Amino acid sequence: MRNDLDVLRQNEHRAAMSAGRLTQPNTARRRMIEIFLGGGLIASFMSFLYPVLRYLIPPPVADLGAEEIVAAKLTELKPNSGKIFRFGNRPGLLVMNADGTYRALSATCTHLGCTVQYRSDLRQIWCACHNGIYDLNGRNVSGPPPRPLEVFDVHSRGDEIVVSRKREA
Amino acid sequence: MFATLRHWFDERFNWDDLIAPLRHKIVPKHSLSYWYFLGGITLFLFGIQVATGILLLLYYRPGANEAFESVQYIMTQVQFGWLIRSIHSWSANLMIFTAFAHMFSVLFLKAYRKPRELTWVSGMILLFLVMGFGFSGYLLPWNTLAFFATKVGTEITGQVPIMGKPMMIFLRGGEEVTGATLTRFFGFHVAVLPGLATVLLLVHVLLVQRLGISVPPKLEVQWTANPSARREMKFFPNFALREMMAWYVALAALGVLAAIFPWNLGVKADPFVPAPAGIKPEWYFLFMFQTLKLIPSKVWFIDGEVLGVLAFGLVGLFWLLLPFFESDQPSRTKPWITGLAVFALAYVAGMSAYGHLAK
Amino acid sequence: MAILQNKPRPLGATHQFELAILLVLGACMAYGQTKNSCLDCHAALPDPLGVTQEKFSQDIHAQKGLTCTSCHGGDATSDDPDKAMSPKAGWKGKIERKQIPQLCGNCHSDPAYIRQFDPSLRTDQLVQYRTSVHGKHLAVGDSKVAVCTDCHSVHDLRAPSDPRSTVNPVNVANTCAHCHADADYMKGYPIPTDQFANYKASVHHEALAVRGDLSAPTCSTCHGNHGAVPPGIDKVQNVCSNCHAFQDQMYEKSSHKQAFQAAGLPGCVVCHGNHAIAYPTDAKLGTGPDAVCMRCHTPGDKCDQARAALLADLTKLDAAIKSADKTLALAESSGMEVSEARLGQNEARDSLTKARVTIHSFRTDLVNQDIQAGLKIAAKNLQAGKDAMVERNRRRAGLGVSLIAIAMVLVGLRLYIKRIES
Repeated sequence: MRNDLDVLRQNEHRAAMSAGRLTQPNTARRRMIEIFLGGGLIASFMSFLYPVLRYLIPPPVADLGAEEIVAAKLTELKPNSGKIFRFGNRPGLLVMNADGTYRALSATCTHLGCTVQYRSDLRQIWCACHNGIYDLNGRNVSGPPPRPLEVFDVHSRGDEIVVSRKREA
Repeated sequence: MFATLRHWFDERFNWDDLIAPLRHKIVPKHSLSYWYFLGGITLFLFGIQVATGILLLLYYRPGANEAFESVQYIMTQVQFGWLIRSIHSWSANLMIFTAFAHMFSVLFLKAYRKPRELTWVSGMILLFLVMGFGFSGYLLPWNTLAFFATKVGTEITGQVPIMGKPMMIFLRGGEEVTGATLTRFFGFHVAVLPGLATVLLLVHVLLVQRLGISVPPKLEVQWTANPSARREMKFFPNFALREMMAWYVALAALGVLAAIFPWNLGVKADPFVPAPAGIKPEWYFLFMFQTLKLIPSKVWFIDGEVLGVLAFGLVGLFWLLLPFFESDQPSRTKPWITGLAVFALAYVAGMSAYGHLAK
Repeated sequence: MAILQNKPRPLGATHQFELAILLVLGACMAYGQTKNSCLDCHAALPDPLGVTQEKFSQDIHAQKGLTCTSCHGGDATSDDPDKAMSPKAGWKGKIERKQIPQLCGNCHSDPAYIRQFDPSLRTDQLVQYRTSVHGKHLAVGDSKVAVCTDCHSVHDLRAPSDPRSTVNPVNVANTCAHCHADADYMKGYPIPTDQFANYKASVHHEALAVRGDLSAPTCSTCHGNHGAVPPGIDKVQNVCSNCHAFQDQMYEKSSHKQAFQAAGLPGCVVCHGNHAIAYPTDAKLGTGPDAVCMRCHTPGDKCDQARAALLADLTKLDAAIKSADKTLALAESSGMEVSEARLGQNEARDSLTKARVTIHSFRTDLVNQDIQAGLKIAAKNLQAGKDAMVERNRRRAGLGVSLIAIAMVLVGLRLYIKRIES
């Protein structure tokens, strides 16, 4: 980039010098070329610099949010209740057990991809689409689901419940 | 004002002496002069790579859990992030193309002859480095295609006898392609290779400055016999301005490619998903890949892949040392080298096309 | 040689190795030796009487240590056919069809005996069978009906979990169809024979056979297996609700529930049919050939209006989703990154599915809630697609501007070079 600039400056300088040194009749034509070239150079540099400067401004959403997400506030859930949250591009299910502990699982049913929900009356996870049932460890207990739900890690940080994907061992 | 500043610098830096050779530098003028632009364009594209690469570093995060997301973030959230990344990717491909074109043009114009052997050797190493840039950079977005291309690529390295396995483990940072591989490749791509490339580039350009620009042997013979037939132009400003036009054309091409065909992001790599069918490396490795595929699995008693890898190693080494097989006399250049160059060009082009079309 | 006796003794876990050795030895010595003389002859006999060692070794009973004599009696240690098949040795010969359920029940209804092999295996099959249509007919002397061996096969009887078993979920329909789709065989019974053909055209068969979803219903899922009877008209809903729980909840509270019950109509089946249940489309709510509402309702009445409103709502959301899909596909094909909105479309589709389920309440207000939620999401995604297209055009405009600047420089340079070189 800098190399480029130097060459440019020199050329402009040269052009200016030769314009001063030589006094030929077609100065108007030369002037036109200079304006054309100078204008083009300035305009093209603006069009290169503008995106770069805009690029340098950090965007308002700084969180990438795919591996770890704040699923809820500490006071948000009552014991024996559940909440759907967005985990990356898919829904997740956060459950607060009756004893106050938390569990987080993928909320996408392994059968046909419906979103599952927590049933406080059964204390189990239920998929409404075809009556599939999972236990709180994500195991498919009854109904059509062929596989267990993915279980996520949950921990609290300050007054937030943070859910993250289980690290591969 | 510019003149004053320059004077100020000159007094403290002896600037004018430094650039004096540049002022006197000349470029031979003949019907093939256009090929002299290729090196400059490659240099320009390298500059673009450095600039956009540094910009990408502002937001990119290496690591299996974050790399893909951070590139996605650059593409969607950061203002003009799509432009910077697309230019980086397109410019990389263009640079590899112009570097190859530069190599072949030097070969056909026989510019590698004495005393320019070292320029050729440094240029060849630069070409290998550029391919290394391509190979390591391709993995960084951590998408499925890149993941499997890297897996296959490093697997081939593992075929080299004796040294292969340790080399593969060194490249992968373990037995398998994992997040550790990504960390390594990131290091190679942004620290090791740029460092090496910068040093070699300086050597390469300095050699060009010291030795001047070569003239094709036929013309050299003619011009020596009849000095009045000699045609040349000054490097500054005549050639440099033309070079600048070439750079601007390259810029325009990059802009069009980036804006109309933004570089694809693909799908995040998942090591547990089976490889998609017909996985292929980037186009500049395709001719080697296709050759390896065509070699029968057993040739005599040697494993086909091993044979292929060894052959490419030997050819690479031979190519690096090619100038030393050439005659010192411009009137007695060896036609077999030109023949070989034609064959190599046809082979690379043909195999690449075949590899591209093959299922 | 405990395993060669009529009824094997309990086999303790510690004897398993011993048992395995004995089995292998038994198999090796089967030819020409005294161990199982039955197979010596029957392996060579033509089909109704032919049983080869190879076939029988596939049988779960053989694998558990039972032999020919376990069911047929006789003395397998004797090479003399007269002795081996003498009634004195307890030989029963060909088991009469009428006797088969009882014979199987001898063991399978004995919890103490079955527990030795599989403690969780049920022992109520015979009791159930007697309550089934098959069992009742058999009891009054109709031996054409299915007995145990007709469904489970015989001499190569495999565990139901084995995909080769005739009663594995993927094979059940074929097994039933063996009789029930045979019009000649079923002559004299007042039931149709097109169930299998119908079922094969159904969404359930597709799920089971094409998509390999083993939870999808086959014949026995609705009719029962050992106690096979058609579900009662008023119990159909209970059968379907085993999987379609939400639809059941909605229907339960709907006006149709009582109306169908009062009219003696079979719930779900009224609109969806039974064996040939097709993938339900919104056209069911229409007035075309697939429409169901207007079979009972009068055009123009209150219900017809509600029907039209429901259909309009579903169509509207469907169209909104499709239009967003189209715009997003266009944006994607021009290189814009819209994966977020693409995924958001799934949410919109979920809303549409939910609305289609809520239809079973037949309440426009409830359905409209789901529709509105879906419309909101689809509109958001459509906007994302449109924004992407605007962004694409902005990029192209920006490119145009910089290309003009670049062109100016190129022309300027060209003229400049020309001037300094002239």
